[in-house]
Amino acid sequence: MFGGWLQRKVPGSAAYALLLLLTRAGHAAWAAPTDNIVYQTPSIFDPHSGPAQLIHHLSLFVIEITGAIFIVVASLWVYVVLRFRQRDPSDDSEPPQVYGSTQIELAWTVIPILIVVVLFLTTARILFAIQDQKMPPTAINADVVGHQFWWEFRYPKYGFTTAGELHVPLSTEQAPMTTSLRLLSADVDHSFWVPALFGKIDSIPNRVNSMWFTPDKAGMFVGQCAQFCGVEHAKMLLRVYVQTPEDFAAWVKNQQQPAVQDPAVADGRQVFESQACISCHVVRGTAAQGRFGPDLTHLMSRDTIASGASANTAADLKLWIKDPDYVKPGSLMPAMQLSDDQIDKIVAYLTTLK
Amino acid sequence: MADSTLPIGGAIDLTPQSEVYGTWLEQVHDWVVTADHKKIGLMYMAYALIFLLVGGVEAILLRIQLAVPHNNFLSPEVFNRIFTMHGTTMVFLMGMPLIIGFGNYLVPLMIGARDMAFPRLNAFSFWMTSLGGLFLYYSFIGGVGLQGAGSAPDVTWWAYAPLTERAFSRGHSTDYWALALIISGFGTIGAAVNIIATTLCMRCKGMTLFRMPLLVWLNLVVAGMILITISPLTAAQIMLVIDRYLGGHFFDSQAGGSPVVWNHFFWIFGHPEVYVLVLPAFAIANEIIPVFSRKAIFGYPAMVAASVGIGLISLSVWAHHMFTVGMNSASNAFFVLSTGMVGVPTGIKIFNWLATMWGGKIRFATPMLFCNAFLIQFLFAGLTGIMLSVAPWNWQLHNSYFVVAHFHYVLVGAIVFCFPGGFYYWYPKMTGRMLDERLGKWHFWLFVVGFHMTFDFMHVPGLLGMPRSIYTYEPGRGWDGWNMIVSIGGAVQAVATLIFVYNLVHSYFKGAEAGPDPWDAWTLEWTTTSPPPAYNFASEPVVSSRRPLWDLKHPEDPDSRYE
Ligand code: HEC
Ligand SMILES: [Cu+2]
Repeated sequence: MFGGWLQRKVPGSAAYALLLLLTRAGHAAWAAPTDNIVYQTPSIFDPHSGPAQLIHHLSLFVIEITGAIFIVVASLWVYVVLRFRQRDPSDDSEPPQVYGSTQIELAWTVIPILIVVVLFLTTARILFAIQDQKMPPTAINADVVGHQFWWEFRYPKYGFTTAGELHVPLSTEQAPMTTSLRLLSADVDHSFWVPALFGKIDSIPNRVNSMWFTPDKAGMFVGQCAQFCGVEHAKMLLRVYVQTPEDFAAWVKNQQQPAVQDPAVADGRQVFESQACISCHVVRGTAAQGRFGPDLTHLMSRDTIASGASANTAADLKLWIKDPDYVKPGSLMPAMQLSDDQIDKIVAYLTTLK
Repeated sequence: MADSTLPIGGAIDLTPQSEVYGTWLEQVHDWVVTADHKKIGLMYMAYALIFLLVGGVEAILLRIQLAVPHNNFLSPEVFNRIFTMHGTTMVFLMGMPLIIGFGNYLVPLMIGARDMAFPRLNAFSFWMTSLGGLFLYYSFIGGVGLQGAGSAPDVTWWAYAPLTERAFSRGHSTDYWALALIISGFGTIGAAVNIIATTLCMRCKGMTLFRMPLLVWLNLVVAGMILITISPLTAAQIMLVIDRYLGGHFFDSQAGGSPVVWNHFFWIFGHPEVYVLVLPAFAIANEIIPVFSRKAIFGYPAMVAASVGIGLISLSVWAHHMFTVGMNSASNAFFVLSTGMVGVPTGIKIFNWLATMWGGKIRFATPMLFCNAFLIQFLFAGLTGIMLSVAPWNWQLHNSYFVVAHFHYVLVGAIVFCFPGGFYYWYPKMTGRMLDERLGKWHFWLFVVGFHMTFDFMHVPGLLGMPRSIYTYEPGRGWDGWNMIVSIGGAVQAVATLIFVYNLVHSYFKGAEAGPDPWDAWTLEWTTTSPPPAYNFASEPVVSSRRPLWDLKHPEDPDSRYE
């Protein structure tokens, strides 16, 4: 019945899990096949882009209002409970009966209505400011395509495609730079969520949604798919690299190149191209033209593979190609039953794809 | 005060009931063929409690898995199925039967009727609903052939298309899900028709609409909402089945269908559904708070208006579940406003409850404890609801653990507080015996502690970026410790719930005799014996105010003078 977790080759007994519950000692023992932990909390209160800041300020305003309401009403409740509790259980006289009061009831109808109106107007202002913002012609455009359990990023203006890790330019006051995303889906609903840059917007098949941001801090920001999309929804992670304009330009330039052709790994390439790999993956400038899986042309320019489920080293790649399900149970890449020798050769080839 | 439980117009029949107990088989047969609203009500409640335990076990499994990062207690496949079943169970097999069960039991008694308007439709509705539940759980066996936990539905309880289409959901697990909801939906609609007909046509002499107890009013509103909202759900399920088996393309994006249409159908049902579940909890608070404060409810007409208002406004807020699907700014703004507005009548209710307690002599028996915890929890949940209604912020909060915490605060904080409160209050009427107060206090305090450990702290990982429906998460995201507390709180709640179940069973045999009116209450159900005879009232009661028993107990100062 729990075949899944037996298969994971880990001590998966209920007793062990309970022990873990008690000790919390499990972190290291239960880590993924390879350790690619980024110690970063994608807090929504740590905004690093124009729209995220707007949302953040709005949220603080709402917290103030709702917090005040809570304090007032809760204090009232505490007072009532303490003040009007029956003190003498033997006294069974009834308190005076009050049936209502039009003035008081009117007051606590009108005041909330006013509060709602204020909240609405504030919200609407920011809603329109973000949603109806005109994109400047200089904006960087990228298409985000959700696939079952991984993200594809297309840069139509630059003519290349990558996966798992989105790169965008930094926006500064001197050189404002907007990134404008179109959100698409190849299969089911997903949702693109990197809290530091924007809220989440769904990517839905047969529909084009959009999102924009102006990142104000260079660095890497994490997030993940936020709409249940099937077995491996949990490991459909996201990374956005915000780079200075120079770094970004260099990255783009590299991505635009066709794949590196290193004669030293010619037999690795030959194994790769003789396998089904090429019907699911693109390596630009070679026979590999499949579009079902991530573009591998510049595989080694990424820190992670499988949308953040694993780090990207030769050892990780071997593990991944041998049994993708081990790294990411339910992933749509099949285990190809290759020999270790074939895998070594393929990985030798893949690691040249800088 | 003991002699104050006088019959109204000879309504009570105090001659001891000469029960004829048949063989075990005859008794079972009697329950199966019964059309007595009380027995059907009790069966609904028992059914709901069983599924509360089942859904609770599922919740515990989920929480064990999530207590630490990268846990391997459940595989992703099993986790996804269990959380789908947990949500579906708690809403459709626990929540709905529970509210309908209470409505069934109490509405006729409170309006002085002898049964529901259509007793046999009532029985039919119950058996349809229960068939739906069995059908859903059969999927564990039959979903993808004979496979056990590997085969229940795994598409979440909101089941967004096109994940439910055949291309992405093979086997039959999704079919079990859709058909189970269609079947139990018919039962629910039958029950709603019955409640409406009963409240409109079966009230005793003198009980005008504006003398109905608030509980009855709320059940009427809820029944109306059920008629309006279950239908789109059923329609959507039928479309889904057509998509899957007859080549329809309603939601099938690969053939040009629109997944967003499913979202609309689902939430047109799904949002009002929250109120369908919560208003009956309000209904219970409306009865318990006045009795234990020893005061009439404050602002009865406003309470009625607020209930109807919530019912109507809540039909226009569904797309606040969809701020992230990419509606245009004007639509988003509309749903911000309508959602904010639903807070107004809700606020009125909270204030009126406080005003009812104000100046009273509050007796903190177990039912009142539960209702007070509900009051403050609902205030909090309402305010996090306001946060979620702020569309731009919703883009951050939506589908995060913050939302999960919010709606558990609403549903558990209201239903799983008010209904146990209701059990402590009406159990004496249903069985003739009191529930144990000491166990009741244990149940209450443990549950309060567990509830707040779980659901207060659950907000935090949401704010720190943790999405819902994930079977595991990376260490180092700042979510670990919080999830551990949440899981431990779940265990505490489980213990409290077991105490409650024990109390229900124990008191049935050992509880103190209740008598007809143990709480010195005011509504009609307390004028008849506990448990009431099959015909409820020996002769039709006649009332002249909202609190007939108050009038009787205080002839010098009857309510009828003020209304
Ligand atoms: C049936 C199609 C299919 C075949 C055949 C296939 N892959 Fe994949 N591959 C995928 C999919 C889908 C993913 C993304 C999985 C995920 O992240 O969930 C993937 C991911 C990868 C990745 C990680 C890329 C990244 O940046 O995330 C590598 C490397 C890879 N495949 C290599 C190979 C090699 C080598 C072969 C041949 C031995 C192969 N694949 C065969 C579908 C396929
Ligand atoms: Cu996804």
